[in-house]
Amino acid sequence: MRLAQHMAIASDKVRAVAIEATEFPELSRHYQVMAVPKIVMNEHVQFEGALPESQFLDAVVRAASGDGSR
Amino acid sequence: MAILQAKDQAAVRKEFERLTGPVKLVVFSQELVAGELCRQDEQIMKEVAELSDQIMVEVLNPQIDRERAETYGVSDVPVTVVEGARDYGIRFLGIPAGYEFSNLIDAIIATSRGEAGLSEATKATLATLPGEVEIKVFSTPT
Repeated sequence: MRLAQHMAIASDKVRAVAIEATEFPELSRHYQVMAVPKIVMNEHVQFEGALPESQFLDAVVRAASGDGSR
Repeated sequence: MAILQAKDQAAVRKEFERLTGPVKLVVFSQELVAGELCRQDEQIMKEVAELSDQIMVEVLNPQIDRERAETYGVSDVPVTVVEGARDYGIRFLGIPAGYEFSNLIDAIIATSRGEAGLSEATKATLATLPGEVEIKVFSTPT
């Protein structure tokens, strides 16, 4: 969440939403959360685990471009 | 009984010395929907706010304060909006326990300062994003 929230501060095009998975089971099921942290960007870019800043940024750019490939 | 222990309060109070501007924690809460979770979430936000004069808490009910909920894009409870000089789009769904509590404190400090702790290269790339991005981060309180 740290990178996500700092990116939200840096850009008004980015929103950061932390979700406590066990308290929101329907959302967790919808996004098939099997391991945490799980990150979902604009529905189509998804991954599990922490990434370094540059790779996290790459994923944000892909999501912003509507590119779901990974 | 306080949720935050005295040593945690002291550590967070120390962190909050870095606050440079006001922060509002807007807590959407509805006891009829999720009583215990909402009570705990409200309590933890109020305990955090007591650790700095720069932080205030506003508790809203999304069914009653519908316009505000719509403005913030909130439909669930408990949800907390961390707002600094403006709404940066930072939301916490559920009680930020464990590692997420550290992220809440970090979000409060960063929104207060209006500063992103990112490299200049990252900020430059973010300035040229072609579209909007919502980043959802699922975690558990471990």
